[in-house]
Amino acid sequence: MNPVDVSEIKKENIEYHPMEHLLRMDRIPHIWCPACGIGTAVTAFVSALEKAKPDLDKVSIVSGIGCTGRVAGYMKLDSFHTTHGRAIPFATGLKLANPDLKVVVFSGDGDLVAIGGNHLIHAARRNMDIVVICVNNFIYGMTGGQVGATTPETARCSTSPYGNFEPPFNLPLLMESCGASYVARWTALHIRRLTDSIVDAFNKRGFSFIEVIAPCSTLYARWNRLGSGLDIMKYYHEQSITRHNADPRDLKIDFQKPIIVGKFIDRERPTFIDAMNQRFSAVFGDRYTPYGVPAGPRSDEKEGVNA
Amino acid sequence: MHEIRFSGLGGQGIIRSGFIVGRACSIYDNKYATMTQSFGPEARGSACSSQLVVSEEKILYPYITQPHILVSMSREAYEKYEPELQEDGTLVIDEDLVSPVLRAQIRIFKIPATRFAEELGNRIIANLVMLGFFTAVTNVVSYEAMKKAIPGSVPDRALALNMKGFERGYAYGREQLKQQ
Amino acid sequence: MKADPRGVLTGAHYLDGDHACAEGALAAGCRFFAGYPITPSTEVAERIAARFPECGGVFIQMEDELASSIAIIGAAWTGKKSMTVTSGPGFSLMQEHIGLAVMLETPCVLVNVQRGGPSTGLPTLPGQADMMQARWGSHGDYEIIALAPNSPQECFDFTIDCFNLSEKYRIPVLLMTDECVGHMTERVIIPQAEEIDLVERKYYHGDKSKYLPFKPDKDMIPPMVKAGDGYRFHVTGLTHDERGYPVMSWQCQEVLVRRLVEKIKNNADEIYRYEEENTDNADVVIVSYGISSRVASRAIDLARKQGVKVGFIRLIVVWPFPEKKIAELAAKTKALITVEMNYGQIALEVERCAHGKCKTLLVPHGGGWVHDPQDILAKIKEALQ
Repeated sequence: MNPVDVSEIKKENIEYHPMEHLLRMDRIPHIWCPACGIGTAVTAFVSALEKAKPDLDKVSIVSGIGCTGRVAGYMKLDSFHTTHGRAIPFATGLKLANPDLKVVVFSGDGDLVAIGGNHLIHAARRNMDIVVICVNNFIYGMTGGQVGATTPETARCSTSPYGNFEPPFNLPLLMESCGASYVARWTALHIRRLTDSIVDAFNKRGFSFIEVIAPCSTLYARWNRLGSGLDIMKYYHEQSITRHNADPRDLKIDFQKPIIVGKFIDRERPTFIDAMNQRFSAVFGDRYTPYGVPAGPRSDEKEGVNA
Repeated sequence: MHEIRFSGLGGQGIIRSGFIVGRACSIYDNKYATMTQSFGPEARGSACSSQLVVSEEKILYPYITQPHILVSMSREAYEKYEPELQEDGTLVIDEDLVSPVLRAQIRIFKIPATRFAEELGNRIIANLVMLGFFTAVTNVVSYEAMKKAIPGSVPDRALALNMKGFERGYAYGREQLKQQ
Repeated sequence: MKADPRGVLTGAHYLDGDHACAEGALAAGCRFFAGYPITPSTEVAERIAARFPECGGVFIQMEDELASSIAIIGAAWTGKKSMTVTSGPGFSLMQEHIGLAVMLETPCVLVNVQRGGPSTGLPTLPGQADMMQARWGSHGDYEIIALAPNSPQECFDFTIDCFNLSEKYRIPVLLMTDECVGHMTERVIIPQAEEIDLVERKYYHGDKSKYLPFKPDKDMIPPMVKAGDGYRFHVTGLTHDERGYPVMSWQCQEVLVRRLVEKIKNNADEIYRYEEENTDNADVVIVSYGISSRVASRAIDLARKQGVKVGFIRLIVVWPFPEKKIAELAAKTKALITVEMNYGQIALEVERCAHGKCKTLLVPHGGGWVHDPQDILAKIKEALQ
């Protein structure tokens, strides 16, 4: 590679990162390793925010603990870095107490699926109207590379030094069976597809779950002699098969075997608040004011009067 | 001060009985009344009881130590709680369900509360028949306060029947007092 | 600020402590409740579930106590008042989020209807053995506020007080009741909404770009903002600076944790509450709280009838502990006797504050039922020997 001629770079190009308005630049550099996949997922998320154009003041991002758990801290949004495994119930409280908010949970597989697995399945069952982005790197990164609930069989980790013998979760299947409204899986290579899925999720009412298969270039790659981050991206490139609406039962990930990606579920179900309003309206009639419903014609009239 | 125990089988409305008398005393008779109950994982049908302390003054110690009134609507409950009744206490029983072995100074009042309830159409109101009777034969709570406390303490749809049961028990109690 | 009449069930009621607590929450303006059923606290959740739909509140039964105790923290950041209720094992599970609420300075109320422990213990029977857990149960160093009611009326009143303290100091506040009080039914007077004073949360109103979520005012309490109001703020359970950003250093730890502790310690004189009776010329002073304070009153009556000069201090706010008051009593009485349903928790605090100035005794009790007043009387006599 030729050295860059610094004099050639225009001032506006070095002073402003194109995503700066959505990042806490005073916290950069971030803590993630070179070739880690989390940064790519964040890039896709930021691009999706730009495309979906929600009112950014009304977007809250919640993370748990772990490498991906740090995402909330870098986003220039109302951002909450909570406890290990509990990002989803925190987000549930946030969303239910103010349904005007668009609430995104951005966290890792260990956080969301292992220690937080109970919350994940119940949020999907309730069809809680939140977006969950789950970066799945098959390993506990922050604590130094331990086996997890998503680690493929035979993969080596610091606490599965002879190869993992527990079957991993098939996350799209789990989410589908629990009732999620939207389920997709991409790898860190599929930035454009991933971005589109996040946009979809933003526009979706109900529980959306997006799994992002991402390289842990430092720990998972080293324990399993997978080469560099680039080698892992090559594996994604060669072994990913896009199959929209695939049968979720076929989506298990085996060690270094093909990964089926795509948008698997996109369906309509009443959200928690929809179901609550429906039930209470049926029982209480006019005595119940539907909760979290944007003001209807009556308030339009009022606005008209005020104007 | 009154220390009262209502006792019977789970499902007979024993806890509700203590609640209604307590509510009547504390809201409508301007007294203090503390109701406690034993909670347990016991199944419906086993002995259960509610305890009530009624006083003109603020109640500090909230529990009964030696009740002087025992209301019993089952044999099992009677046998369990009779020994703690004060020597000169008052026993109020469903005479078809409890066959008492009387100690010397105990006053006893008997009513076929469950039979009356069945005659009125539903044995479920036996506790209200008993409460009417209890109101008449003890001086714990006023008739007026009870009449105010029953609505809101029983299901609305069953209020009329419950009131009927209460009146039946009360009339029977007044009669018994006259005869004594 | 006055209470919202929608939540206030004005009138005279015959309620148990759990239901009265639920009414207190409604009157205090609590409009978000997340809970998980556990005996003997469940009646609080049941009443809230029944009452919320017509009061504009959101009730959710979560999947466990971990979820309940963090959902209320999330909800609080939208500006809502929020609460959860639990007992025994559930209180253990909530400890991590008591710590999170302390760290994020999030106003919220947690109610513990204490039962016998350890472990599953006595689900349907009383205990008072979570008092030290209330103080120290979450890891790390912090101060907490805890109140102990002894009647259904106080369950109503003190729940409102818990919300007020929590809003004022931006801290989770614990209502440490017990199975006896929770399941005891007495008259509860609920006043008119306009007679109920509520503390309003302190919000930041300055320049949005200059907002620092953890920059304290002179009272050591930072003003808050709501999610969705455009501040784009960050909060974290990690040790953080005034911006809310993680800083992994002892210097930052010192500034943050010292403030979290001192905002309560330095305001403790305003937070302490107790009832004191005949302590001036007393030979013996009983220290008690919750249901035990009512049981102790029977023993005190018996002792006084026998001519013993017995004083009484009943703790309403148990944490922070009234150190100065206990020290003052220790200096003028022969003995302080603590009556509580455990083998010595608050008694340790009494001993610490008495500092050897008088005898300190405990009437030990494992929970499961209240003390026999005769045992307390015997201890009073023992103290005088």
